[in-house]
Amino acid sequence: MEQQFPKHPFRTHGGAPVPHHKNTWNAPTAVLPPPERVIIPMQQHIGAPCKPTVKKGDHVYLGQVIGDSEAFVCAPIHASVSGTVQQVTKVLLTGGQATEAVVIESDGQMEADPAIAPPAPVTNKKELAEAARKSGLVGLGGAGFPAHVKLNVPDGKSIDTLIINVAECEPYVTSDHREALENGKNVLEGVYKVKEILDVHRVIIAVEDNKPDVIERLTEIADDPEKDPKDEVRVLALKSRYPQGAEKVLVQACTGRKVPAGQLPADVGCLVMNIASVSFLASYMRTGMPLTLKRVTIDGSAIKEPKNVIVPVGTPIKDVIEFCGGYKAPPRKMLMGGPMMGIAITSDELPILKQNNAILAFDQQEAKLYETTACIRCGRCVAACPMELMPTKLEKAAEKKDAESLLALDVMTCMECGCCAFSCPAGRRLVQAIRMGKSIVRKAGKK
Amino acid sequence: MDKLIVSSSPHFNGKKTTQNIMLDVIIGLAPAMIASVIIFGIRAAVVIVTCIAACVASEYISRRVMKRPQTVGDLSCVVTGILLALNLPVTINPLMAVFGSVAAIVVVKQMFGGIGQNFVNPALTARIILMNSFPAPMTHWTDAFDYSAAADAVTTATPLSGMMYVNSPNSAPDYMQLLWGTHGGCLGETCALAIILGGLYLIARKVISPVIPVTYLATVAVFSAILGRDPLFDLLAGGLMLGAFFMATDYTTSPLYWKARIVFAVGCGVLTILIREFGSLPEGVSYSIVLMNIITPLIERYVKPRAFGKPKEKKGKGAA
Repeated sequence: MEQQFPKHPFRTHGGAPVPHHKNTWNAPTAVLPPPERVIIPMQQHIGAPCKPTVKKGDHVYLGQVIGDSEAFVCAPIHASVSGTVQQVTKVLLTGGQATEAVVIESDGQMEADPAIAPPAPVTNKKELAEAARKSGLVGLGGAGFPAHVKLNVPDGKSIDTLIINVAECEPYVTSDHREALENGKNVLEGVYKVKEILDVHRVIIAVEDNKPDVIERLTEIADDPEKDPKDEVRVLALKSRYPQGAEKVLVQACTGRKVPAGQLPADVGCLVMNIASVSFLASYMRTGMPLTLKRVTIDGSAIKEPKNVIVPVGTPIKDVIEFCGGYKAPPRKMLMGGPMMGIAITSDELPILKQNNAILAFDQQEAKLYETTACIRCGRCVAACPMELMPTKLEKAAEKKDAESLLALDVMTCMECGCCAFSCPAGRRLVQAIRMGKSIVRKAGKK
Repeated sequence: MDKLIVSSSPHFNGKKTTQNIMLDVIIGLAPAMIASVIIFGIRAAVVIVTCIAACVASEYISRRVMKRPQTVGDLSCVVTGILLALNLPVTINPLMAVFGSVAAIVVVKQMFGGIGQNFVNPALTARIILMNSFPAPMTHWTDAFDYSAAADAVTTATPLSGMMYVNSPNSAPDYMQLLWGTHGGCLGETCALAIILGGLYLIARKVISPVIPVTYLATVAVFSAILGRDPLFDLLAGGLMLGAFFMATDYTTSPLYWKARIVFAVGCGVLTILIREFGSLPEGVSYSIVLMNIITPLIERYVKPRAFGKPKEKKGKGAA
């Protein structure tokens, strides 16, 4: 059956009017010169960690596999510079978990692995998934879910809509914005490829309407009578309301379909890919160079020259910030990702990961923690929740460690977007409480 | 480099705080306060100031005595004070007003844990306590624009009590008089126009959602018409406007979810008209709101949002 294209986005619930702070959208992306050394953790995705396949003293080429695993939900890891393995060590990641990491001393040559060659043209779904796995691609929107798992749509499920996520609803972050402007043709090349292989006849490129230039540019490129004679690839302007880019919200805004609790977009015939992911896939098909570079937005009140930078994965954050002119004020809080869902980090010596799209550094003024007062039951959190939960009740149940109530309130449906806490006039740490609630439920389930 | 602050996301917080919400409510109440001073003279201002001062002092002292963080700064006690004052006749003895304020803040609010914890509206409950403690002074009305102390000797009727006791079909209510509030009554139940103005301000500032006031007023109008009363009169008379915009919308004592709020507001509307029509009291707004406050947890138990993507619960599944 032919799918209609929506003229306007479908209604979604809640959300929050977060400030945009898109300071860096207008400047071309800079390219970081090869760093002296890179620290490449073996876990840069959701799923099983990789095992290092190199040892101390080994010479590695750019793009060479340095970590892999047999596990299905996992993506291999490649060297992002050429040079010598200085050590294989343990590093602490943002979640506090220790993971193995390969530290490579760069020889400054950026010499590519001679074995790298464009992959054989993919002709079916299986080959596409296989190529995605080899490329080391993970969801570049932030979650880091291995792309091949997503692309390997189970046989029973049919996909009728491919959604390209250019919502970029997090404040500050503009890396997808720059990708669209600088690499639009590449994006569309990737779109046509995935569309052809998965036999999808409706592709919606979803962009928040605070990026009119992106909408204009992508609409122009997507209007290609040669590659898309039936006009099956179109741009849809979304309302600029956080969190439009959250997968379930995006699927609802684009198709009006609700992904059932505990299921995936594929269960309602949708596949969502981030713009950077689909663009990378196109370059990989052309060159065979795996995922070793990432565009990140460097911004925040403590950064001297905020901008987008393309950096080798594993570059210490400090090096990238120095490239951006360093700090203009002592940083008091640093985030991997945007301010709504990003993770506060403990040190600027941590490396940039594949799925990082921004590093933000805030000065004293902006890092200040807001005061928490009593809940006044105003219901703003309930109205703001895109998942139609009752955050204040979840908080109370979590405080009581009441697993039964937490489950009755569907705690697991929460995606931790932060709209509730953002909207709370009492400054309550609702997301933190809900995370605690989730772990209470998990523990109770194990007993 | 200094140690970095680590905290859970989100790292941004909206601009609204409890304090600026309460400040908005105070601004929303300003037209009603000004109207009451114009209608009843300077003594109205005395009642308002007495109530605010007594509420703030009660809040401050009770937090001190309980050794809890001071919450006077959130201004919610000021709102309670104003609301209580607007529910009193201008002739009230200031000591009675102080008594009501202490009851509202200490008994109804702080004894249950302070802001966000009281299960009934403090100002309304205080009004009910005063009504039952001092029935005569609480129903002693003077005429509008009669600022003289001599007026205290005469009790005029409020439009609602007039309708109740006189009940003559000939005395058609003067809608303009009700709208402008130039009649006897509590400070805040006179000028409907000032209250609507303040209510619209709160809606425009997104301090309250229109769900409760609109549903409440619509229910009153419909139910009044069904019982053969005069809907326009019922809407404009008594404390309905104040109740619908400022009392029933009280965050703490009304439901969190908009559908539950509809149930709540319909309940308020039905009870208001039932009391006005069949009760022995001329006015039913305070009792109806307080009654619905009490059953708010019950409404919330049955009317709640369905989580995103959760299938509709099938009936008769309970066997598992």
